[in-house]
Amino acid sequence: MRLPGLAGAEIAVPLPKGARPDAAPHDAPAAPRRVTSLTLRLALSVSLVLAAGGAGVAVAALAYGRHAAELAYDRLLIGAADQIAGSLSVSEGAIRADIPISAFELLALAPADRVVYAILAPDGQLVTGYPGFAPAPDGATFAQGSFSGEPIRLATVRRQFSERGFSGTVTVLVGQTMRARSDLAREITRSALVVVGVVGLLMSGLAAFAIRSALAPLRRIERGLALREPRDLTPLDVEVPREIGHLVGAINRFMERQGRQFAIMRNVIADASHQLRTPVAGLRAQADLAADESDPERQRAIVARIHTRAVGLSRLTDQLLNHALVIHRVDAVPREIVDLRTIAIRTVEESDHELFASDTELRLNLPEDPLWCRCDALSLVEACKNLVNNAFRHGGAPVTLEVRAEPPFLVIGVRDSGPGLPEADWADAGARYDRTTGVSPQSASLGLAIVTAVARAHDGTVRFGRTASGEFEVALLFPDQVPPLAATGLE
Amino acid sequence: MRPWWRTIGVLLLAAGLSAQPAAAQPKPEVIAHFGSDTSVRRLLVRGTTDVALFAPVLTAFVAATPGLGVDYEQWGSNELYAMSMADCGAAGSPADLVISSAVDQQVKLVNDGCAQPHRSARTDALPATANWRNEVFGITLEPAVIVYNRDLVPAAEAPASRFDLIDLLRPEKGRYSGKVATYDIEQSGLGYLFAFADSQQATTFGSLIEAFGRSGAVATCCSVELIDGVAEGRYLIAYNVLGSYARERAAKDPRIAIVTPADYTLVLMRAAMIPKAAGNPAAAAALIDFMLSDPGRRALTETGLQFPFEGSGRSDLRLPRDDNSLFRPIPLSPALLLGLDQQTRAHFLERWRKTFPVK
Repeated sequence: MRLPGLAGAEIAVPLPKGARPDAAPHDAPAAPRRVTSLTLRLALSVSLVLAAGGAGVAVAALAYGRHAAELAYDRLLIGAADQIAGSLSVSEGAIRADIPISAFELLALAPADRVVYAILAPDGQLVTGYPGFAPAPDGATFAQGSFSGEPIRLATVRRQFSERGFSGTVTVLVGQTMRARSDLAREITRSALVVVGVVGLLMSGLAAFAIRSALAPLRRIERGLALREPRDLTPLDVEVPREIGHLVGAINRFMERQGRQFAIMRNVIADASHQLRTPVAGLRAQADLAADESDPERQRAIVARIHTRAVGLSRLTDQLLNHALVIHRVDAVPREIVDLRTIAIRTVEESDHELFASDTELRLNLPEDPLWCRCDALSLVEACKNLVNNAFRHGGAPVTLEVRAEPPFLVIGVRDSGPGLPEADWADAGARYDRTTGVSPQSASLGLAIVTAVARAHDGTVRFGRTASGEFEVALLFPDQVPPLAATGLE
Repeated sequence: MRPWWRTIGVLLLAAGLSAQPAAAQPKPEVIAHFGSDTSVRRLLVRGTTDVALFAPVLTAFVAATPGLGVDYEQWGSNELYAMSMADCGAAGSPADLVISSAVDQQVKLVNDGCAQPHRSARTDALPATANWRNEVFGITLEPAVIVYNRDLVPAAEAPASRFDLIDLLRPEKGRYSGKVATYDIEQSGLGYLFAFADSQQATTFGSLIEAFGRSGAVATCCSVELIDGVAEGRYLIAYNVLGSYARERAAKDPRIAIVTPADYTLVLMRAAMIPKAAGNPAAAAALIDFMLSDPGRRALTETGLQFPFEGSGRSDLRLPRDDNSLFRPIPLSPALLLGLDQQTRAHFLERWRKTFPVK
């Protein structure tokens, strides 16, 4: 059976690629991609920073501890050597040392360290003290050495003598093993490390607290979403910091779109059930009548009526589906830059072929230059087809489809020489048909509703009017927004 | 009477050890053995302490340590020091433990790296002055005292301090001229230590040595000789006698009277150290710990090595608190090295010799 009225319905099937960005959440609520926990990542990076800082401080503390201990005990050595040097005198042409006990008591401040000392005459001969120690050859004040198997630090102090019978430089060497130094260095380092550890713990605690409080708004959002009714798509009203405000905004916009889609689907379903119930019931009644009719002549007449009604029903279904499609696309499909002339040509190509079979003529009036418009071509073609169909059905020949520029607007208009819509109805012609008035299968009101919806979706308007020659025109006006330069690349 | 120590053999040096060839080898004054002579493990202790005073603690030690025998050699402090210093560079040391009253020499041995450390709860409990580097430990408390003959020195004239002593010596050709004795510091390491400590303690030492010189005081060797001299009346007063010996003698001889000088009293801590190359350091460490333990302290107190300071616990090495710091212990510290400095020692001895001309 041939159902020409359904020809346009196939438009609803193919959708442009990538036109269903929000389809996935409906189809399969896929598990969220696994990303390492935010807390874990923050904790990792914080502990990384703390560990690096701690290691740095530890190394610094070790170096500082060594240096401080070195400094402290070097002064002890110098102090003792100075005291010994100060006790030197010349007696009968020789060096005499009256070493004060305080020099040794000073050295004993490093409680567990062994001591060496030596006083050397200008010729290097030992005056008194431990044999076998010599000052550093480079004249440095401090030198490392070894004393019966243990490393020592050796300080050198020199004193000049210019006496009658004795002159020259006497060298005083004082050395000590390094136990107290390493103990002090260890002590300083340990104290520093304890401080570092305590600070690290404190900072870890603070970081944990900061992470928790930073993530608190997310938990509030989660709670806000979890506690909702399934149908509740109103915007989230949660107090969140600016950084997360964008997320909440995105969630709210998403939910708004969902809400709109949801409302559309509800309307479409309600419309369809209302619109289809009556004609289908009529069809069934006619079919019952035909089944009961024994007279072939009258039966044929009933079948003819059934056909007429079926054609009307098919058109109605077509329009309902197209309406649903167009309204769905308004939110869902990204705009592309299209030449309005191609819209007109596609409209002619896809229009109801049955109508062309009649004697009515469709004229196409296109400008020389392309008129670029950012739009959804499919919805636009659908709207134009509705206008053309209305003109054929209700208007008079010739029907003209015209594309023109009326700065600042771009216009697609359909003219016919029929009586047109009464002027009183122009204002609310675009409103969705009133469900209570009921619609005949041939009703045009659904078509105009589609046109109005498309125009609104493109920031445009529908204009009813009469041309100078008295023709009735329904025109779609779009703002001319695409700069010529942007379009040239697309030609 | 049961002997309070069991001496397997006491060999006086004078008797000689015929087994030894005529030698430059120095010989100990006395050798004593403690414990079964079949003991597999033997500990050689070399010390300056009179074996009579030291025997009780060694006897108690071998009784508490089965299977260990102790050989004790008694030496003069200078010989002991020279021998220990010689052992220091050697591959092995015959002595496992060296205990000397010349603590400066002990400290010098430790300073020169001749000792090995020992650490235990008991050594940790020692005051810092009685433990240097965990290598030398003070095991006794013995004051340096003035001893006089109770019969020959009237109670009114008995010196209570160094000042009193100086006053007694002041009169020209007085009763005490030539009748006061002290250590010969050239022969006795301990005498040198006391004299040098005196010189560091107070200016009194200058006046005292001057008084000694003027009155013709006698410098002689050894505590025993000094105490004997006082007991027999050859000397009226002996200065800087080791309190432990004096006390042991005073207990038996009523003629001996002891004074701890009231201006200040030096207190000696007999020092023990384990030579670096000791063959049996574990046993030596055990003996140190034993001497620091309650039974060890009791044994040391028995013979006066642990001087019973008034108010001090018997097992306590700490001195009684004294605000006037009457008791001045000689701390085991590197400060003692000064007395052994070649020049310092030479100058000090020179000054001493001027006071006590060699006869």
